[in-house]
Amino acid sequence: MTQQRYDVVIAGAGMVGATLAVALGSAGLRVAIVDRMTAEAMADQSFDGRTSAIAFGSQRAMVQLGLWPLVADDACPIKTIRVSDGPSPLFLQFDPRDLQRDPRQPAEPFGYIVENRFLRRAMHQRLLAMPNVARLLPDSIVETQSDSGSAIVHLTSGQTLHASLLVVAEGRQSSLREKLGIGLHRFDYRQTAIVCSVRHELPHGNAAQERFLPAGPFAMLPMTDDAEGHHRSSIVWTEQQAVAPLMLKLDDEAFGVEINRRFGDYLGKVTPVGGRWAFPLALQLAENYTAPRAVLVGDAAHGIHPIAGQGLNLGLRDAAALAEILVDAARLGLDIGAADILSSYARWRRFDILTMATVTDGLNRLFASDAPPIRLLRDAGLGLVNRTTPLKRVFMRHAMGALGDLPRLIRGQAL
Amino acid sequence: MAEHQTEQSTPAPAGGTVDAAEIARFSAMAETWWDPTGQFKPLHVFNPVRIRFIRDTILQHLARDGGGLRPLEGVRLLDVGCGGGLLCEPLTRLGAQVVGIDAAERNIEVARLHATQSGLEIDYRATTAEALIEQGESFDVVLSMEVVEHVADPDLFLKSVGQLAKPGGLVIAATLNRTTKAFALAIVGAEYVLRWLPRGTHDWKKFLRPSELARGLRGGGLQIVQTTGVSFDPIRQRWSLSDDLGVNYMMVAVKPA
Repeated sequence: MTQQRYDVVIAGAGMVGATLAVALGSAGLRVAIVDRMTAEAMADQSFDGRTSAIAFGSQRAMVQLGLWPLVADDACPIKTIRVSDGPSPLFLQFDPRDLQRDPRQPAEPFGYIVENRFLRRAMHQRLLAMPNVARLLPDSIVETQSDSGSAIVHLTSGQTLHASLLVVAEGRQSSLREKLGIGLHRFDYRQTAIVCSVRHELPHGNAAQERFLPAGPFAMLPMTDDAEGHHRSSIVWTEQQAVAPLMLKLDDEAFGVEINRRFGDYLGKVTPVGGRWAFPLALQLAENYTAPRAVLVGDAAHGIHPIAGQGLNLGLRDAAALAEILVDAARLGLDIGAADILSSYARWRRFDILTMATVTDGLNRLFASDAPPIRLLRDAGLGLVNRTTPLKRVFMRHAMGALGDLPRLIRGQAL
Repeated sequence: MAEHQTEQSTPAPAGGTVDAAEIARFSAMAETWWDPTGQFKPLHVFNPVRIRFIRDTILQHLARDGGGLRPLEGVRLLDVGCGGGLLCEPLTRLGAQVVGIDAAERNIEVARLHATQSGLEIDYRATTAEALIEQGESFDVVLSMEVVEHVADPDLFLKSVGQLAKPGGLVIAATLNRTTKAFALAIVGAEYVLRWLPRGTHDWKKFLRPSELARGLRGGGLQIVQTTGVSFDPIRQRWSLSDDLGVNYMMVAVKPA
């Protein structure tokens, strides 16, 4: 049985875990990242055909980490966001020019839509070039314990790793979270998110559209044109749990009709391409973000409603904040797994996580109701927000990941 | 600040070999030393500011730029009165080759055990500065942090510290000033009001004025190059460097080459 000392062992090489590994690795920490899947399998379209909204702040962090040049060609900028309430003629339109101080400068996009497989590929490409990062793929963690100086991690392969800190980035179904004795608050939304890509006749004009329907929000997110020049968008369609399986079984033609029926025909004829994925939606919040010599990041710590496309961005802010705290401590030679270091991470992240969980939860409840008084109120609200530029600015800044006490990476500064 | 406080109550272990019960006992003690929320919390809170100062002072002395996570690579460093190793471990991680000495055998056992658990190689010895001089040891950097106010003969102690530095080497010493303000903060405040430290940790009469610390270091053949205060901000619960030498302060001295 071999034994090896690392600064950090990261459980889970998904997008948040891998981004953290890139950040810590580029700062010179000795990192091991463990996942039961190979990087190739994770970057395959059949494993994950989804797209992610990369908010402005997340994009700045990816620039700092050398990831952005690897995905820039496949990233579609979002230049406007349009929100509408079912058949109501009222629109809430977000335009980044509202945030500008100098109208002569070109406006920064809100963010970008990028296919997950490209993000995953870029992250692993960066990790491959880092001699101080060990990618233990595929492998998995059987058991973990801690003493006053180390987290001790036993792998299926028989290896035992010693590290100052274990980072759990396993996603919503994290088994280590349970093994570490961290409880979970869970609220089932009784909704399913149907996710797929579509081709459409007319260009999307870099607009992200979100329409609130009684079953839940329906989002059409702009993608880059495919190799043949077809216009594409990514769909996140929230449906009642009982209805979703019926939709998933439809053939492409009928599925396209259902999409058009819900979303109108302003993009012309819509044709589904590639696979369809379905995810049951639930709000999940871990009771703690830390345990002795262990810390949770990303969906292992918090799973929120996809209504605003913020799940990954919240996880990337976890990674950026944790990387900053750990690297600052390592530059002083401090024990990066010490309890005071970990609690400063938890204190820093709690507000952002709870705010985002509450806002997305509230939006979903507000818009999922079809009761006439609530409709009336929220339409009045949409109209009001739309005419109130300062309020719109606050919403936009938060969605862009540019509000609050931000980690250096998210502010576009070096780690 | 007192890394020596366990000294008084320390019975020295009988033999060279350590049995399982001993390990368990030291393990519990190590957890006390190393628990950032426990008995030694003030030292943990104090640690970042003094490590940053030590790191930057050494780098400046060696005219190194300090990139990377091991900027002190190749520096042979002695920590006199190392306690549980709260400075030795970070400085080892920063690349220095560290020797930690403490007169209390029990502190050394605790420090050794914790270093092993942290995967660090540190040369800990239960010995005195005087004994090291007899063995002909010398170092690029000698630290005497929050120790001189606990020794019987400060002038003799500081002379030994100076002798342990190589020609061209560096000595960094930290202590508490013998002022009314230090009495109010370090004795009444830290020991009686806030209970940061056990009562009796410090004897105000043994605190040293900067002029006295400087005199002692000069007696060891050293030249004083810098003196800086360390102040606590009770609002942000953070220590920072300051011009106020009234309570905690640090002094840097070099040994002429």
